[in-house]
Amino acid sequence: MDSESRPQPRKTERLCAVREPPAQTGMFVLVEMVDTVRIPPWQFERKLNDSIAEELNKKLANKVVYNVGLCICLFDITKLEDAYVFPGDGASHTKVHFRYVVFHPFLDEILIGKIKGCSPEGVHVSLGFFDDILIPPESLQQPAKFDEAEQVWVWEYETEEGAHDLYMDTGEEIRFRVVDESFVDTSPTGPSSADATTSSEELPKKEAPYTLVGSISEPGLGLLSWWTSN
Amino acid sequence: MQEHSPTRAPEKGERAARGSGSAKLPACSAAIPASTLARGAGTLARSAAAGTAVKCEVPGLLAARGDEAGRHGSVFQLLTDLKEQRKESGKNKHSSGQQNLNTITYETLKYISKTPCRHQSPEIVREFLTAMKSHKLTKAEKLQLLNHRPVTAVEIQLMVEESEERLTEEQIEALLHTVTSILPAGPEAEQKKNTNSDVAMDEEDPA
Repeated sequence: MDSESRPQPRKTERLCAVREPPAQTGMFVLVEMVDTVRIPPWQFERKLNDSIAEELNKKLANKVVYNVGLCICLFDITKLEDAYVFPGDGASHTKVHFRYVVFHPFLDEILIGKIKGCSPEGVHVSLGFFDDILIPPESLQQPAKFDEAEQVWVWEYETEEGAHDLYMDTGEEIRFRVVDESFVDTSPTGPSSADATTSSEELPKKEAPYTLVGSISEPGLGLLSWWTSN
Repeated sequence: MQEHSPTRAPEKGERAARGSGSAKLPACSAAIPASTLARGAGTLARSAAAGTAVKCEVPGLLAARGDEAGRHGSVFQLLTDLKEQRKESGKNKHSSGQQNLNTITYETLKYISKTPCRHQSPEIVREFLTAMKSHKLTKAEKLQLLNHRPVTAVEIQLMVEESEERLTEEQIEALLHTVTSILPAGPEAEQKKNTNSDVAMDEEDPA
């Protein structure tokens, strides 16, 4: 697992504006955005497009934008407005219209991921670049039970011969349907009043800014190995 | 400030000097009203439609349309080009700001290279869409077929809504045939070459 290379948790980003709601067309969508990019003077020798692309990627890549999705990388720049220099700041500020590739699967989309682990809350699935996917117990293939000893969910598949226990082991590839998503605004709030929080509770609960809820309660969904010829 | 000017002549001179001084600042003073606009973060930008498209050099890509980005294939292309370009530029790959981009690029490339999309090209996609016209599927369904390359009838039923009512068995078979013949197989599909759709259907429990 390469979780060491990834900063956790992802923070939500506030942008100048997201121009239109992205069309629901698949796992990755193009989102049109507008933002003002600041280029410091020591980068003036570089081509403007390159500096802007780098700044935008620095600001947005691998970050979740509230109600939009997980930003992957810049697609293209559609419009560059005039660059201004403001008094007191030597850097140039350019208003940029651009499109960004964002991960935002549509409702009912089928995705294939890997099981990260199981807990009483359900099965946790990861796509590698996106981790916060949960399949709650009621959306598993029924009947299902949680094996406490091995900490794994099991599908008790009934046939004429008897019940087969199909284990949902970590690392297995799983096909699931996206049934719900939720965005949480994790931007820092102001200092709370003194009586509300005690000094022992310094770290608030770390919530993922963007989570998906999946379901595998249909034929064809679940571990890929369940549906291939045995 | 001229609290005490000895004669009036220098006063005129000073005013003239100030006049020329302020002439050096037009860029800044013109920019001041713009700054209030630019710093108004959070307000929706109601600017007019985009003018000429300035193509960023980062992605060397197909025509940019919203639905095309939904295909993993074009994202794969985009990320691979990005990776190539960054390898060449070299120097600031490891600065902290770039780390996020590196992480997400690496992970997404890894994910997409395991899907059947990695071998797709724009011609294949166009061919596939033309072949799909007769089947009357929605855009979302065609996109899922393109991204997942289903080989069994069960997978088709997952991706196409109400498939039992909209498609007969022969149509499902024809659809499967089109998908498997036009779209190149992914890395895993090559292992499962002998998947028999009949066996998968026997395992299904109609709920």
